[in-house]
Amino acid sequence: MRRVINRRPGRGGFLFWSALPFAIAAAGYAVASALRLAENPGDRLLPPLSAMADAVVRMGFTPDTRTGDYLLWADTAASLQRLGLGLGVATALALLLGVAIGLIPYVRAGLSAFVAVLSMIPPMAVLPVLFIVFGLDELSKVVLIVVGIAPFLIRDLSLRVEEMPREQLIKAQTLGASSWQIVLQVVLPQMLPRLIDAVRLSLGPAWLFLISAEAIAATEGLGYRIFLVRRYMAMDVILPYVAWITLLAFLSDTLLRLLSRSLFPWQRAGKGAS
Amino acid sequence: MSAVSVRDLWMEYPNQVVLERLNLEIAAGSFCALVGPSGCGKTTFLRLLLGEERPTRGAITVDGQPLVAEPGPGRGVVFQRYSVFPHRTVLENVIMGREFAGSRLLGRLFGAARRAAIEEAEGWLECVGLAAHRDKYPAELSGGMQQRLAIAQALIVKPRILLLDEPFGALDPGTRAQMHELLLRLWREERMTVFMVTHDLKEGFTLATRVLAFEKLRIDPTDPGRFGATITYDLKVNEERAAEMAPPLALSA
Repeated sequence: MRRVINRRPGRGGFLFWSALPFAIAAAGYAVASALRLAENPGDRLLPPLSAMADAVVRMGFTPDTRTGDYLLWADTAASLQRLGLGLGVATALALLLGVAIGLIPYVRAGLSAFVAVLSMIPPMAVLPVLFIVFGLDELSKVVLIVVGIAPFLIRDLSLRVEEMPREQLIKAQTLGASSWQIVLQVVLPQMLPRLIDAVRLSLGPAWLFLISAEAIAATEGLGYRIFLVRRYMAMDVILPYVAWITLLAFLSDTLLRLLSRSLFPWQRAGKGAS
Repeated sequence: MSAVSVRDLWMEYPNQVVLERLNLEIAAGSFCALVGPSGCGKTTFLRLLLGEERPTRGAITVDGQPLVAEPGPGRGVVFQRYSVFPHRTVLENVIMGREFAGSRLLGRLFGAARRAAIEEAEGWLECVGLAAHRDKYPAELSGGMQQRLAIAQALIVKPRILLLDEPFGALDPGTRAQMHELLLRLWREERMTVFMVTHDLKEGFTLATRVLAFEKLRIDPTDPGRFGATITYDLKVNEERAAEMAPPLALSA
C-alpha cells in the first residue's frame, strides 16, 4: 500500500474528483428545493431551477417595462465599468508607487511607513467620507475600490521589488544602465507578472467593495439589484445574479492568468514541458 | 587594463571590523585570486572595488584616479548566481550593455543599431560557445552555460577590470576546467585586470598571477568582530604569464 501522498488520480479521475463537489452541491440544492416546494408550493427561499430560468429570461432578455433597458446587461455594464476603472487606477498607482518604494531608498524612507498605515484603514469605514467628498455618483464607488485594494497592491509590489537579487541591480549598473533604464528594462519586465498575480488575488476584495458601495447608493449595478430585490425575497433573481458575478470573477481571473502566461513566456522557461 | 592601488583601507560595520590596514599595489593586467576562509572580507573587498560600498577609512585608486563610488561600466562583474536576467533570452542578455549605451531613454535599440549590436553579441556568444543557444532563456541553460553567458554579457562593454565572486563555485569539476580555460583566454585577449574571489586554493594558484590570502591576524575570542582581516600572504605565481601581460613600457624599462 503506497502512502496517500504518493497516490495521484489520472486525467479522468482528476476531472471526476473536480466535478464531484459541484455535483453534490447542485444535487443537495435540488433535493432541498423539492422538499420545501412539496410542503409549500409558494416557497420563495429555495426556488426551483425553472423559476430561476424564468427570472433570467425576465431580467436579461425582456426590456424593463419602466426604462426599456435589459436590466441584467445594464447592471453588468455599470458594475464592470466601475470595477474596471477601480482596478485600472489601483494597478497604475501600484506600478508607480510600488516600484518607486521598492527601488529608490529615499522614496522608501518617505512613503513606506505612510502606505503601511494607510493600508490598515478599513476601507468601509471611510465609505461615508467618500460619499461626502465625491458625491453619490460613480466616482465614490471607483474611489472605494481604489482605496480598498491599492495599498495591498503597492505593498506587495514594493516587497517584490525589494526581494529582487541585489546581484541583478549591480550587474545592470556595471553594464552602464541608469536608474531609469534599470526600471524600464530590469525591474518592470520582471514585476509585471507579479503585479498581474497580485491583481488576481485582489479581484475578490474588489468585487466586495464594489457590491458594498452599490448596495448603499446606486441606481443600477449587480450589487444594487441584489439588494433591491432582497426586499421582495426574490431568491429566483438573487441566486442567478450571484452565479453570474461568480462567473465574471472567475473569467477575469482566468483571463489574467492566460494573459500573464502568453505575455511573459520566460516565467515558465526551464520548468519542464508541462 | 587598469592598475589598482589600495592605501591603508579599513572597512568597519557597527560592532564589527571586517578589513583592517589593507595596502596593495596591483599592476595593470594582473590576475588576482582572493583566497581565505569564509567571513574574511574577500567578498567585502570585491564590493569595495565594485563601488557598491565605501571604505570607512583609506582609499582605492584606479589608474591614479579615486574609485568612482558606484558600480559602472568600467568594472564588469560576474557573481556566483543571479548574474543574468531571467526575462531575456541569451542574445537579449548579451546586447544589454550596447542597448543601455545606445538608447538613454528606452534602453532598447531598433533597426540598424540593433542589428549591429546583435552581430557583436553573436561574436561574443561564439567566443564563449553559446551560439547555438541564443534564443533560450537562462533558466533553460546549465549552470556552466549561465556563467559563460554572464561573462559574455559583462565583456561586451569592454570593462578594464573584471570582478568575479566565486563564479565557478557551483559548477562540477569538468565544467570548471573548461571555464578556467575560457577565462584565461579572455583575460589575455581583452587585457583586463581580474580580481577573483575563490574558496578553492588550487583554482587560485592555477589561474592567477597573484594570490592574495585574507586572514585575521588577531582574534579576540570574546569579541570576534573586534579585529578585521588583512592580507597575510601576497604571492606572485605563474610569472611567465604575468610577463606576457605586462604593459610594453614596463618591458622596455
